[in-house]
Amino acid sequence: MSQADPKATPPATPLKEWPLWEVFVRSKQGLEHKHCGSLHAADAGQALNMARDVYTRRQEGVSIWVVPSAAISASAPDEKGLFFEPAADKIYRHPTFYEIPDQVGHM
Amino acid sequence: MYTQSFNVPDTTEPTGAKAPLSLVGVVSPLSEQDAAAQTRFDTKLNADQKIEPQDWMPEAYRKTLVRQISQHAHSEIVGMLPEGNWISRAPSLKRKAILIAKVQDEGGHGLYLYSAAETLGTSRDQMLADLHSGKAKYSSIFNYPTLTWADVGVIGWLVDGAAIMNQIPLCRCSYGPYARAMIRVCKEESFHQRQGYESLLTLMRGTAEQQAMVQDAVNRWWWKCLAMFGPPDSDSPNSVQGMRWGIKRISNDDLRQKFVDATVPQAEVLGVRLPDPDLKWNEARQHYDFGAIDWDEFWATVNGNGPCNKERLATRVKAHQEGQWVREAALAYAHKQAQKNSLKQEAA
Repeated sequence: MSQADPKATPPATPLKEWPLWEVFVRSKQGLEHKHCGSLHAADAGQALNMARDVYTRRQEGVSIWVVPSAAISASAPDEKGLFFEPAADKIYRHPTFYEIPDQVGHM
Repeated sequence: MYTQSFNVPDTTEPTGAKAPLSLVGVVSPLSEQDAAAQTRFDTKLNADQKIEPQDWMPEAYRKTLVRQISQHAHSEIVGMLPEGNWISRAPSLKRKAILIAKVQDEGGHGLYLYSAAETLGTSRDQMLADLHSGKAKYSSIFNYPTLTWADVGVIGWLVDGAAIMNQIPLCRCSYGPYARAMIRVCKEESFHQRQGYESLLTLMRGTAEQQAMVQDAVNRWWWKCLAMFGPPDSDSPNSVQGMRWGIKRISNDDLRQKFVDATVPQAEVLGVRLPDPDLKWNEARQHYDFGAIDWDEFWATVNGNGPCNKERLATRVKAHQEGQWVREAALAYAHKQAQKNSLKQEAA
């Protein structure tokens, strides 16, 4: 995901740039939309049109979402441990934690 | 269409091939916190894991990537010009449609790459400003003219062929957004090479004049394509650090050799002669030997003295300036629509 780096230096010129959008494409009916990149566009309609031209020139998609990059909240990389590690010691959440006699067959 | 090895210092950076290495040598001592982050970074690289935009990275790694990815993006965009030159003069509707699709792809490749560079904290405007001021470099290969229709075929076959050689290892680059952009680019690049080769096959089945035109184009482009892989390993101190960081996976000379080995049989099928009297199979090495590259010409072009440097840059700047009102109008329209919508919502 293209997240703006908070420590990044501001652009040399005041922001005249079109805002940044994240693009999600559903590759075929029945599958989820997946993040595939980002682009600059003045508004949502233009972002959709440009996403079509940039990311689906070879029938890579049947549906597109565009989201202003600024609207995405992301988990902090520094708190990765704090945030995700509590799941690490809960191995009883996985089916392989349980031993079932062979004669039961597939379960 | 481009090649990774064109990672040369930009104009304001110290020039001369040896400068970047000395920069690496004068890293100031790290704070304890940074040292821990550096260790985590090194561990990730050693385990062949990807670095993502929000992860800590050494400043030199970030700078190298910004330079390399933006040079790569610029090359895609400037690379549209020599081929775009032939869109209006393509010999058939079929070839015209193919060429438009290819040039559009190059624009798309530029966009993927600009986006990847932006994740490192630089802005699109900044990168374009650096290109337009002449500070940022782009691949030298695009500073040569496309004199005949056969040049379009040869660019697809040889220039894009060389680019593919270079870009495939970049799909495994340590920086996630760059690697992902390269995967997308590589998927599309094969069409570029095949359409070029097929177009040349058609010409070679034509008249003696058409065949001579192909041979002439090959003569003009061959050595420039070999130079695209960058200076010899003995003269590219940048490469060592690039390898250590997992940005570069295969050395310039190894890639160049791979390209020559792959291309010779293709030239035989096509029926063209590669313009190198020293080109011959070496049974002991199990590779083709080839002659010496004119590096003086390469550096002269990199440093702004190629036949089309000024023209290419002027065309880019003009296109950007002429698009200014469109960019402003689109923003103004978007603001107006947003205002209208919020007024409507208040009224409701």
